[in-house]
Amino acid sequence: MQIITSTDVVTKLLAQRLALGLLSMFVVSVVIFVAVNSLPGSFAAAVLGQSATPEAVAAFNQKLGLDQPLVSRYLTWLSATVTGDFGTSFTNRPVSTMVMPRLWNSLKLAISAALIAVPLAITLGAICVRFVNRLPDRILSATTLSTISLPEFFIAYLLILVLAAKLQLLPSLSTIRGSMGFADQAIRMILPVLTLVFVTLAHMMRATRAALLNVMAQPYIEMARLKGEPETRIILRHALPNAIGSIASVVALNLAYLIAGVVVVEAVFVYPGIGDTMVSAVSNRDIPVVQACALIFSAAYILLNLVADIIAIASNPRLMHAR
Amino acid sequence: MSSVSTTAPNGARPVRRTWRLPITPLIGFGIVITYVSCALFAPWLAPYGEYQVVSDVPFGPWNSQNLLGTDQLGRDFLSRLIYGARNSMGIAFATTVVAFLIGGFIGIAAAAIRGWFDQVICRFVDSVMSIPDLVFTLMLLAIFGSSVWNLVLIIAALDSTRVFRISRAAALNVATLEFVEAAEARGEGVFWKVRHEILPNIMPILISEFGMRFCFVFLTIAALSFLGVGLQPPTAEWGSMVRDNAALINSGDITPLIPAGAIALLTIGVNFVADWLLGKSSGAQDV
Amino acid sequence: MSDMNEKKYWAMELSKGRISRREFLGRTLALGAATAMSGMIPSLAFAEEPKKGGFFRIGMSDPSQQDTSDPATWPASFAQSVFSGSMCNNLTEISPDGSIVGDLAESFEPADNAKKWIFKIRQGVTFHNGKSLTVEDIIQSYQYHMTADSTSGARTLLQQVDTITADGPNTIVFNLKAGSADFPFLTADYHLAIMESKDGGGINWEQMVGTGAFVMENFEPGVSAKMKRNPNYHKNNKPYFDEVEFIGIADWTARLNALVTDEVDAIIDVDLRNTSLIERNSGLKLSRVPALRHWTFDMDTSVEPFNDPNVRLALKYAMDRDEIVKKVFLGEAARGNDTPVANIVPFFKDPTPQHGYDIEKAKEYLKKAGLETVTANLSCADTAFPGAMEAAALYKEQAAKAGIVINIVREAEDGYWDNVWLKKPFNASDWYGRPTCDWVFSVGYAADAAWNNTHWKNERFNELLVEARAETDQAKRAEQYAEMQQIVHDDGGVITVAFANWTYAMSSKVSTAEIGGALPCDNLRMAERWWFTS
Repeated sequence: MQIITSTDVVTKLLAQRLALGLLSMFVVSVVIFVAVNSLPGSFAAAVLGQSATPEAVAAFNQKLGLDQPLVSRYLTWLSATVTGDFGTSFTNRPVSTMVMPRLWNSLKLAISAALIAVPLAITLGAICVRFVNRLPDRILSATTLSTISLPEFFIAYLLILVLAAKLQLLPSLSTIRGSMGFADQAIRMILPVLTLVFVTLAHMMRATRAALLNVMAQPYIEMARLKGEPETRIILRHALPNAIGSIASVVALNLAYLIAGVVVVEAVFVYPGIGDTMVSAVSNRDIPVVQACALIFSAAYILLNLVADIIAIASNPRLMHAR
Repeated sequence: MSSVSTTAPNGARPVRRTWRLPITPLIGFGIVITYVSCALFAPWLAPYGEYQVVSDVPFGPWNSQNLLGTDQLGRDFLSRLIYGARNSMGIAFATTVVAFLIGGFIGIAAAAIRGWFDQVICRFVDSVMSIPDLVFTLMLLAIFGSSVWNLVLIIAALDSTRVFRISRAAALNVATLEFVEAAEARGEGVFWKVRHEILPNIMPILISEFGMRFCFVFLTIAALSFLGVGLQPPTAEWGSMVRDNAALINSGDITPLIPAGAIALLTIGVNFVADWLLGKSSGAQDV
Repeated sequence: MSDMNEKKYWAMELSKGRISRREFLGRTLALGAATAMSGMIPSLAFAEEPKKGGFFRIGMSDPSQQDTSDPATWPASFAQSVFSGSMCNNLTEISPDGSIVGDLAESFEPADNAKKWIFKIRQGVTFHNGKSLTVEDIIQSYQYHMTADSTSGARTLLQQVDTITADGPNTIVFNLKAGSADFPFLTADYHLAIMESKDGGGINWEQMVGTGAFVMENFEPGVSAKMKRNPNYHKNNKPYFDEVEFIGIADWTARLNALVTDEVDAIIDVDLRNTSLIERNSGLKLSRVPALRHWTFDMDTSVEPFNDPNVRLALKYAMDRDEIVKKVFLGEAARGNDTPVANIVPFFKDPTPQHGYDIEKAKEYLKKAGLETVTANLSCADTAFPGAMEAAALYKEQAAKAGIVINIVREAEDGYWDNVWLKKPFNASDWYGRPTCDWVFSVGYAADAAWNNTHWKNERFNELLVEARAETDQAKRAEQYAEMQQIVHDDGGVITVAFANWTYAMSSKVSTAEIGGALPCDNLRMAERWWFTS
């Protein structure tokens, strides 16, 4: 690896990417702020429910400063946020206490699912390529195609049916609470983790397969073949390191999804993740919380993609000098 | 599509021209054609109407009148499954087409024009992509209301960001090739370049991506129906049919599996076709 | 009127409550749902003696991470049952039969034509932190909702209160701006839970301390509220459970799954489509409780064509409510008769004739209005009420037979209550109902009501509303309310489609006495009223 000699190139690239990332986050915050504020209804109407009389709603809006102009509210929020202060939710709780425990829950779920799904996907992808267009490849491809094409809530319901209702091996409810012990929490996370493994595995496996096949078409693989190296060795030693860059970017996409996009799985298993926090905040118009969630999601997405790019560069030094 | 193979592809190796259909795309085509016919001829194929209540018993069992039983409102399950093909596929198809029109157009334009135009759009698309799809869709639907057309346009708009990325990347690959740059030097305009050089060369990639995106749109709509903002009742739609009848799974009834199976089968069919198209153009299949 | 007479009035009021309860039980008996009911006193009606102990887990349908213990809010049954129903008490509570009884108030009586209400406070009640309940706590708990900048949902409700004063250490006097015979019902409103007062005014709601049956152990907004029994609870023998946990499970399939897999012992808001599945399961039982909640299509009586009472009647007769109840609500609701008063409300009287499906009558009233046909644009969305779109679709077909054209306008789901309700001339509405005639009418049918969705201004009705409010002669009051229900039925702009049931599913080891239907979750008090059989 020649990264050492090109550290400055990488640093420059990193700095550039981070700057663009910050710009993206700024755009996201504006888009989300405008979107939430265009939603009909208000926080007051949501938390007062059927007792939302006009007087009470007006008093609430005034208390929350919602009678201020849009731009000045955004600027106030922005100036607090750049100092790292997510502010106070409309419920009067600090946003961080509402968001952080949920983010941690989501990370636990995402990391557990990724620890299983990523190695498995790469292994299975490699197996497909080893036996390309033969029985193992066909079976694996067809199976993963079906799991990719099932709605995720359906996979979740099936797992509940088999593992919770019929075999009674696992609890159907994944409502982990702070009051629970580690073991209890871990057991309750098994079903959602399994569901997410199913949901993400196929995409990553297919990406691995495609990336490997792409590399396998290169002339130097032919060379290795001509030298008589065994096929498995060629895949692992020659193809995989060169395919890792494009695999990493798909893995990053899936990880971002695991952190932010699992709203449906959270709903089915009643898992208190950050997706639920954002949905609840949107439906209750709790704007500071929505904003915080959006920033976290977009930061996660940007960072994961950045890491994927670094991996791609590290695995393929030629990219460092490109463009 | 013959123009694809006659134009010089991305240089590495010539595309092998083969019209012999292997078994998987054949199955794929079979599935897709069956589904499309179901959708087109639904009123003739379905034994009952889409909304017609034929039984007083909710969740009626399978019998000779209602081959797959009845749903929660006593409507014939089979009929709704057949009408569901029309609604689910029609909307997913419309959405994907719109997404490709928007994303493809802007993507290719960005690749052909480049410069600040490309930069601005790329940054914007990056930002939008970093917001989780589902949550953003939920918000937009809340703002604009969940009519069918809003559903199509909103999902298409968000999905077009993915299409943009792919078509831009593909078009950029072609646009930087020597023969395109030669054309540029010759003084050909942007439109000519796109029409004669870029579009024909990236078509296979776009078509195969179309299959994949079609499936994703399908699943997005199903997920939205799950969250209660997708296609609204009483319209028959496979995603909401799974959801509405999901409680049956608990009592060992497999009826809700059928629409899910229908979704899965269609996705497999579409992907078989898409894989074949992609393989045909990139030559990866020959390895 | 002397004090003596007013005491007698209240005795009658209570007995009136019992009568309505018997009516109610009669109905459930006819449905085959109720068990033995030998007497009028609840404890005799149910043979089983409640047992103590156990950890009761209940799956709730409407958790929100925005829930707080602030009594100004509490939008849904999760927050209401946890904070108002389990952690706190009010001065009064609505008993399952629909009558009003004292809770933290030992007794209450009106004076000065019900312009003044005197509440005697129960002695020896302590908060969960050991502090004794004082009149100051009660006054502050009310003042919290009454300040000029209050954000409380109860502030409009309490505008009728002029002053609240303590009369000695255990008496509180409410001075009202005008006489209100139903005032004790108002003090049972879930917002008006009594919390500990702060030095220098205000209440300590953040501490999550009340006088209620359960002490808060752990509250995770939107997830769960775990509570343990209050050993010093002022109600004899209650509560029965040692611990309760309210678990938020918004997805209905997940909720049912949790019950089936014994993750919870009971769930609320059973999806109508699943009732048959639950009844097939021997380990579970289902409970249906007629509610105050009702679903309506409301016509703006101030605009064409609804400003003609004949058109309104034509539209009322053009609806086949039986078909809608059967097909949309799967039989799990009771047909409406164009009044907003539920049959468990004191002074309920079903107006005549029943507004059944009658094409001829509908045509006749159209003719009276000088019309051959009429076109109405019905604004609707699924958020309006569960099954609203389906109900509208059926109504459209039914009305077409009478020559009435109903155009269904699908409105945006989100924001329906802000953009459509009260604004569009013909819209679908979901009313949670109120426990008294006066309250129901004042909120939605008085000429100046904030939620007068029908923009209805009936002179006689509004006169009666004010008269009946302060009327203490029982018989006269019954007459007045009967007349008002008849006027709404004949002249009002409301088409009451159906009255809802609260549906609960529970493991067969859970026992309940009669379940109250005025509010969700056994009038929010299921945690203290239910018990385990074994």
